[in-house]
Amino acid sequence: MAQKTKELMALTGNEAAAYAMKQINPDVVAAYPITPQTELMQTFAQYVADGLVDTELVAVESEHSAMSACVGAAAGGARTMTATSSQGLALMWEVLYIASGLRLPIVMSVVNRALSAPINIHGDHSDSMGARDSGWIQLWSENAQEVYDNLIQAVRIAEEVFLPVMVNLDGFIISHGVEVVETLPDDTVKEFVGERKSPYRLLDIDHPITVGALDLQDYYMEHKRSQAEAMRTAMPTILKVGKEFEGIAGRNYEAVENYRLEDAELVVVALGSTCGTAKDAIDELREEGIEAGLLKIRVFRPFPWEEIKSALGSKKAVAVMDRAEGMSAVGGPLFHEIRSCLYDLTNRPLTVNYIYGLGGRDVAIEDIKKVFYDLVSIAKLGKVEDFYRYLGVRE
Amino acid sequence: MQEMLEIRWHARGGQGAKTAALLLAEALMGEGTYVQAFPEYGPERMGAPMRSYDRISSKPIRLHTSIKTPDVIIILDPSLLTDPSTMEGLKEDGIILVNTVEDPKTVREKYHIKGRKIYTLNASQLAQEELKRDLASVPMLGALIKVTGLRSLEVFLHHIRKELERKFAHRPEVIESNLKLYKRAYMEVKGE
Repeated sequence: MAQKTKELMALTGNEAAAYAMKQINPDVVAAYPITPQTELMQTFAQYVADGLVDTELVAVESEHSAMSACVGAAAGGARTMTATSSQGLALMWEVLYIASGLRLPIVMSVVNRALSAPINIHGDHSDSMGARDSGWIQLWSENAQEVYDNLIQAVRIAEEVFLPVMVNLDGFIISHGVEVVETLPDDTVKEFVGERKSPYRLLDIDHPITVGALDLQDYYMEHKRSQAEAMRTAMPTILKVGKEFEGIAGRNYEAVENYRLEDAELVVVALGSTCGTAKDAIDELREEGIEAGLLKIRVFRPFPWEEIKSALGSKKAVAVMDRAEGMSAVGGPLFHEIRSCLYDLTNRPLTVNYIYGLGGRDVAIEDIKKVFYDLVSIAKLGKVEDFYRYLGVRE
Repeated sequence: MQEMLEIRWHARGGQGAKTAALLLAEALMGEGTYVQAFPEYGPERMGAPMRSYDRISSKPIRLHTSIKTPDVIIILDPSLLTDPSTMEGLKEDGIILVNTVEDPKTVREKYHIKGRKIYTLNASQLAQEELKRDLASVPMLGALIKVTGLRSLEVFLHHIRKELERKFAHRPEVIESNLKLYKRAYMEVKGE
């Protein structure tokens, strides 16, 4: 039964992603069907079994094979999608680089969960943060609505810039939680994503190409340079697709989202589901007279350097939240990039890093408020005494 | 309805508390009602204590955190009342809904509960009768609708039927027995 109007649905993040995939109706989905895979792929597999999509679903024996099958399908010209999580993404590692190096527009949902050891299956950004240098565009979702919206946009972005895109959602908090999602009519999504038209296809026998050739000292560097250029120039396409999406959905998507930021002096920077909790915390803090604001990073790759500089340039103190321990001994990955981006400014805000929520540790409104109270002290003191901190941990 | 109602389910793995929490949210969503439902998994095994949560609100819900000061707690295994953390944070005028053979007065005395409103239902037996399984979470949904007055029984049954039809498209036989259970629970739940 086709969906003909916009409709509110109560969906888990996993179901929202699977529903978007159903409406996108990709040519090929290759996936490893067992844990650490989530209900996302189970829900999509049911659509396939019920004949609601035309997708060829390839169940493979490992996540490494899943991404390898996606590489083959995408190189053949098929619109290709998959999904994974934690250890699964880790096992895909070498093929992630092959997908991006071959400039294949694969779209993948990543349910962000902790990496072993110790064994933990809960929400944590370590998996995707580890993949940040793999040449994939990364979109991050605050809630189930954004999972749905980001996934639909990802197809267009990937195919226009010839780069793979991962859409991130927090494990359990978003993936297994039900929220209200406004879905679009089937035809609207179909028209928005269009048909994949690739000028380079292995199966186009009239225009034969070589994919995955040996590329040594004489040209490897030029190819990496052009891949980096694709990432460098992807942002205008991401923003253009966001604008077009706003036209059909009425929801605004940019590289970052500012919440009560304009007149804020103290700012929290975060990714994913915590941003929602931070918004509620900020509303309470404003009642207390604290000028608090949020900078939510939606696009993490390419890194929105200019947007961050202009958002944070005039602020007094900034706390960067990392839901991943980078093991650099001096703070998490988001912190380092934000801090680096502020270096050129003449009036730099004071910056502090909080590692939080590892392995699904709950983050309450009070936790976020504590961060802002710390920022009040930092701003008053005019300096940061220890910039690498943990939030909500037993010491 | 107050702006936001928060419900915390206390159960053991296998009693269906996750599914019930999600189903409740799905059935109440729409017409200006926003919902959120999520489980809290520990080790996923039969019999292990677990919790799930519902938020029901007249405004969009942005929070992504567990519920620490619930308006309602639903207890699927009364032995969980011996754990002090079960009652933790429950509001002074909050509701306790327990699956037990005992009546509210006995529960109050046995577990030394002060204040709050206690309701009981022999949900395990009802589930055994209708589903041939101890899925106590199913009748508790009907009881919850009665004690909170969130919806009239008719409106609730109308909406949850649609959700059941979607969810159990491949097992239609469970739909009628679930609906019958909600009705029985709605009638049989006991207050003080």
